[in-house]
Amino acid sequence: MSKAVAVEAVGMTMRFGAFTALDDVSIKVPAGTFHALLGENGAGKSTLVKCMMGFYTPTEGQMVVDGKEAVIASPKDADRLGLGMVYQHFTLVPSLTGAENLVISREDAPKVIDWRWERRQLADFMETMPFKIPLDQPVSALAAGEKQKLEIVKQLYLGRRFIVLDEPTSVLTPNEAEEMLGLVRGMTKRGDLTVLMISHKFHEVTAFCDDVTVLRKGKRTGSGRIADLDRKTMAAMMIGDQPIATLDSRAATPAEAKPVLTVTALKAKDRTGLKSIEVDGLSVRAGEIVGIAGISGNGQKEFLEVLAGQRIREGGEIRVKAAPYASTREQSRNLNVRFIPEEPLRNACAPKMTVAENISFRTFDLGRNGKPAAWVSARAIRAYAAKLIEQFKVKTASLSSPIQSLSGGNVQRAVLARELTGDVDLLIVSNPCFGLDFAAVAEIRARIMKARNGGAAVLLMSEDLDELMELSDRILVMSDGALVYETPIATADVHVIGEHMAGHH
Amino acid sequence: MENDIGLWGVPLAILGGAIRVSTPFIFVSLGEAVTERSGRINLGLEGTLVFGAMAAYAIAVETGSPWAGVLAAMVAGAGFGLLHGWICSFPRVNDIAVGIALMLFGIGIAFFFGKPYIQPSAPNLPAIPLGDWSSLPQVRAALNVNVLFLLGAVLAVALWWAFKNTKIGLIVRVVGDSADSARAMGLSPTAVRLFATAFGGALAAIGGAYLSLYYPGSWNERISSGQGLMAVALVIFARWNPLGCFAAAMLFGGAGALGPALQSVGVTQGYYLFYAAPYILTLLIMIATSSPGRQLAGAPGELSITK
Repeated sequence: MSKAVAVEAVGMTMRFGAFTALDDVSIKVPAGTFHALLGENGAGKSTLVKCMMGFYTPTEGQMVVDGKEAVIASPKDADRLGLGMVYQHFTLVPSLTGAENLVISREDAPKVIDWRWERRQLADFMETMPFKIPLDQPVSALAAGEKQKLEIVKQLYLGRRFIVLDEPTSVLTPNEAEEMLGLVRGMTKRGDLTVLMISHKFHEVTAFCDDVTVLRKGKRTGSGRIADLDRKTMAAMMIGDQPIATLDSRAATPAEAKPVLTVTALKAKDRTGLKSIEVDGLSVRAGEIVGIAGISGNGQKEFLEVLAGQRIREGGEIRVKAAPYASTREQSRNLNVRFIPEEPLRNACAPKMTVAENISFRTFDLGRNGKPAAWVSARAIRAYAAKLIEQFKVKTASLSSPIQSLSGGNVQRAVLARELTGDVDLLIVSNPCFGLDFAAVAEIRARIMKARNGGAAVLLMSEDLDELMELSDRILVMSDGALVYETPIATADVHVIGEHMAGHH
Repeated sequence: MENDIGLWGVPLAILGGAIRVSTPFIFVSLGEAVTERSGRINLGLEGTLVFGAMAAYAIAVETGSPWAGVLAAMVAGAGFGLLHGWICSFPRVNDIAVGIALMLFGIGIAFFFGKPYIQPSAPNLPAIPLGDWSSLPQVRAALNVNVLFLLGAVLAVALWWAFKNTKIGLIVRVVGDSADSARAMGLSPTAVRLFATAFGGALAAIGGAYLSLYYPGSWNERISSGQGLMAVALVIFARWNPLGCFAAAMLFGGAGALGPALQSVGVTQGYYLFYAAPYILTLLIMIATSSPGRQLAGAPGELSITK
């Protein structure tokens, strides 16, 4: 096997019109090292990587590969120099087998494929790999971790000796992530491979990487050996000196707190229609956060859709404060049930309607006395929205901007403003911080904690285990459409939870 | 009578009928299988089939060669496929709507150009008498196999092999299953689909040529009885597998021969009902193999009906 490649980018600058996405950033990745690239969303990580791989032509800047200046004008040039990239979203073809995926991705794939010969070649090649993956199964039958490994194997099979991993563990369980990163680490140590990993998970970076480069707002704000830096320093490099909301301390849940949400023997079809989800014996009490962990696609989304009234229930019972709950507007209003769904722009907003209108969805048809009103008052809507925007610090150009023109964090703030105002007895939340920056994440988590301390029962579904560990009072694991494990937070162990998520029990 | 084979005539007639009637189904469904495997549906194949039948007949009349007619049909069919593929390459164009438009266009334009060719008679495509060993006329009739049927059988195996063992086959499957992956590999999904649709059109037109040049063997405006549309259903039934397409085409051909076969052994009542057998079979198969909530196994991921 050929040897790892050293890659250096010098003075990379990328301007899109008047906007400078990348400002004079240099990064040096010596051969056989595992380098982390840290930064918030929009800090310029992907722009930098795309400039290095030839997807963008940088306004200024140079590439040095193995000590020699290199011109990388297109991804093809990057290929030739042995530079490759593994995307966050898989690029394997689901219905093809692993072997077919590997062979067809080769530039020089023969017109007629001699499978006997190719299989032998692949077997020989896999001997040199630390990964063991079944190559004769369609990729769609592989677990997420196996797909991720196959993506990396594909890069190596294509002769790449410097690879960029773009948030490679975002779809993996903690155990899968550790195994995969450990194997990659081994390959860099042996000098077979150089890796640049985009990440925002500090624990992965500190456990597996050699060096780190941190970006903020298109500038390099720090770099160095991981061994010399602690998390606090790295976090400061990432977010600068902006104020970060702190989590309220957890008020004890009163012992006599009544269950607000109870779910018994709930059944519904999942999105493929082939399987059902069955949720039984879930109860959330007032003043506690119950977290539901699970790898995406194990029925959490369907469960939430049933609770929100977006999916038909086939059987079972949902009760809120002992009253049967069928997700009508009337019931959610009377029982004070509120939702913060994932992808708020899609699931909780009418994207083209104004910020003010979106904020008043829960109240626009109520008169001053709280009774249904026949006439909608635009003035009352604007006054109400203006008050909430002020209170929740939603950044918007005006009250009448369409809500889709807001940034992700501000859409989520607007939804929070709507859902958390007034009496909240039950709050159902799903992946509330997905794709948001540090400050917004901290603020949203603080608001959820505040609602809990205010006596609301909170059901929190999240694919981010760290988030669940931080917020929950109890954690349940959903796997294959059913709740399979429960633990109070005091005894929660990420690895045990991960094993249940993967269905290894 | 020594030639009377009694009720044995029914299965024999069904076999013979299956071979005779299935050929257009084989070609149209193989063509549609290739197009759909690339991630696009061409519902216009009925129009391509009718136009192919007309083009083949006209050219055969003019040149005196049925093979020139088949070739002309293929060129015309590829043209229809290219037109479909080209229109669908624009953003936000729905391939199903375009297919329906092209179906009506193909039928209409075939009638327009075909008027002068209803009267003259064209030379037929040759058949190979595989039943010469038998003294029974029924056996001889049933095993009088057209060359195109044999070509269709060979083509089904060839396509099945090519989807697994050739670069082009894998590329078509990649494009049909994940356009993003294809782009990441540097392939152009639009170009691949354009050629896959053209190929499918050419094959569908051969099916039409068979209709006008062999069985029933004349050109008129009622030449097709919906083979082009039913073949689309066949492809789904066959799970996009060329060998499955061949088997399904034989099944449909056999069902289509049920009516005439019963008639030939003297069933005089209700045999019209059996003429409807292929259509009823289509309905039953679609009901049996579909479900409101789940995706079809083996469906190409980029197909607009399964997405």
